[in-house]
Amino acid sequence: MSGMVEKRAAGLWLTHAGLILGVALIGFPIYLAFVASTVTQGDIIRPPMPVVPGGHFIENYREALVSGINAPVWQMLVNSMVMALGIALGKIAISILSAFAIVYFRFPLRHVFFWLIFLTLMLPVEVRIVPTYEVAANFGLLNSYSGLILPLIASATATFLFRQFFLTVPDELAEAARVDGARPMRFFIDILLPMSRTNIAALFVILFIYGWNQYLWPLLITTDPEMNTIVMGIKQMFPSGDDFANWPVIMATAILATLPPVLVVIAMQRLFVKGLIESEK
Amino acid sequence: MATISLKSVRKSFAKTEVIHGVDIDIDDREFIVIVGPSGCGKSTLLRMVAGLETVTSGDVYIDGKRVNDMEPMDRNIAMVFQNYALYPHMSVFDNMAYGLKIARTPKPEIEERVRATAKLLELEPFLARKPRQLSGGQRQRVAMGRAIVRRPAVFLFDEPLSNLDAKLRVQMRLEIKALQRQLGVTSLYVTHDQVEAMTLADRMIVMNAGEADQVGTPIEVYKDPRTTFVAGFIGSPPMNFLPAATFTPGGGNDGLLKGLAANPAAAGNGSPTVGIRPEHLRLCDGADGRLSGTLQYSEILGAESLIHLTLSDGAMLTVRQSGSAAVPEVGERCHVTFDDSDVCFFDGDGKRIASG
Repeated sequence: MSGMVEKRAAGLWLTHAGLILGVALIGFPIYLAFVASTVTQGDIIRPPMPVVPGGHFIENYREALVSGINAPVWQMLVNSMVMALGIALGKIAISILSAFAIVYFRFPLRHVFFWLIFLTLMLPVEVRIVPTYEVAANFGLLNSYSGLILPLIASATATFLFRQFFLTVPDELAEAARVDGARPMRFFIDILLPMSRTNIAALFVILFIYGWNQYLWPLLITTDPEMNTIVMGIKQMFPSGDDFANWPVIMATAILATLPPVLVVIAMQRLFVKGLIESEK
Repeated sequence: MATISLKSVRKSFAKTEVIHGVDIDIDDREFIVIVGPSGCGKSTLLRMVAGLETVTSGDVYIDGKRVNDMEPMDRNIAMVFQNYALYPHMSVFDNMAYGLKIARTPKPEIEERVRATAKLLELEPFLARKPRQLSGGQRQRVAMGRAIVRRPAVFLFDEPLSNLDAKLRVQMRLEIKALQRQLGVTSLYVTHDQVEAMTLADRMIVMNAGEADQVGTPIEVYKDPRTTFVAGFIGSPPMNFLPAATFTPGGGNDGLLKGLAANPAAAGNGSPTVGIRPEHLRLCDGADGRLSGTLQYSEILGAESLIHLTLSDGAMLTVRQSGSAAVPEVGERCHVTFDDSDVCFFDGDGKRIASG
């Protein structure tokens, strides 16, 4: 008996050691970036590289946020936030409605439409980027939030996910609502939407991060530094000529860029996990 | 409150017809049970009355109004589903109030009606809970409450008790019956359980493969089945069916065979069948025996015993006797007798012919 307990205790230590190692492996580069954002340009260039935070935290971050290099970082944060929220909320709104239509209504070519939506899964942004750019440019969407958001807003994945969830909702629920006098949209708003709460939360987290991390598309569609998003903005901070890269400010920007997704994940964690593992009946 | 009439109602899914023309008239305040095996179309029939399925041909009238083209909400009905179909994210109160809210009933009235219904169903302590925090029996009550609170003209029940355990089912059965009496609402109740059908129904409809084989009070259906299907479906263990050839002339069988031979319908349709309920058979001495067979196995249930015999032609025969009567050993030769007045004759198509 005691042997078993010891064995289990040893196993526990081993798993924890493994987990700590993994966290350190992933955490160390981020820590280094943080250190680099708290020292001066000179400290970074001079070997060895510092591994303890320096005293220029406030100074570097203020410089990044207020003036930045091409555009102030707060501006890029706002742009990214608008883009990520627009993509996440827009994708959820469109896909939940399409899934609702596909699952609950019998209309001609229903399956054709579903498969058409599904097919777009095979065409990620990168594949269709040239024609999409052409269309966006012709609509005058360059350097605008609509241009950042609209071309990315259709989502086959989310439609599929909601479709799968709606299929697990018992038919009787829709019928009971019908007997109770609920019209389709009433049923959608009063019953389906609250029941999809956890799925929506999970999707929001995934899609927010997807939107936040967009790189190629904002790079193409925004030429005005005022419209740069933060993820592509970091790249724009590197000088093109023989100038020095202002590492502390770039690192501060990088740290700032990671914060919103982290906050979203932390805030939504409970719902996110619930949404992934449980289907509430 | 309301009558229901079905006039030669038919239903097809794609090209398959599943209901082949059903006619029923249901009186105000009547409790009608539709009973039949799975796939006989009983739920489809109920759903057509509810308006959840379209009627392919024929007419459905509720309270004299043709409702074929009306939405469920406009038919003044309430339905209780097999899996209760409670809204999982709403409290018991909101579940019960939802229909009233949609109908824009004033708030104080909703409150009053939900509370009154909750009191009737002893749900008051649970009004704030979510369905998943309730037991099966309580969920069942909430589903009932949701139907009652709307004060509909008709209750429709779709196997409402089949998700409950046996004991709770008996209890809820009695409660449903009492509630229906108290509220006086015309009810249509679908079940595959013949005990539920027998105990709840004012009249029952026995469905077989999309047709209403018989409509009548439970005791009529039991005593006077119109078809072999009804005779076999209602009653447990089911009625014994024997080909006329099983009965050897002589002994007590002469009267029975003569009656059968004299019946033109029986002669016209190939081989008629003789039906006898297990409780109408008695074990007896060899001299009085009208049938005899070997005891295959017996089920001793305490209050009664079921004795299963194999006759010489291989047919099985079930005898039901009081638990206090002696049960022969397995393999023993047994003799059975019965009264001619308890026998039912069926023609080659399974239709009833004049009683023997």
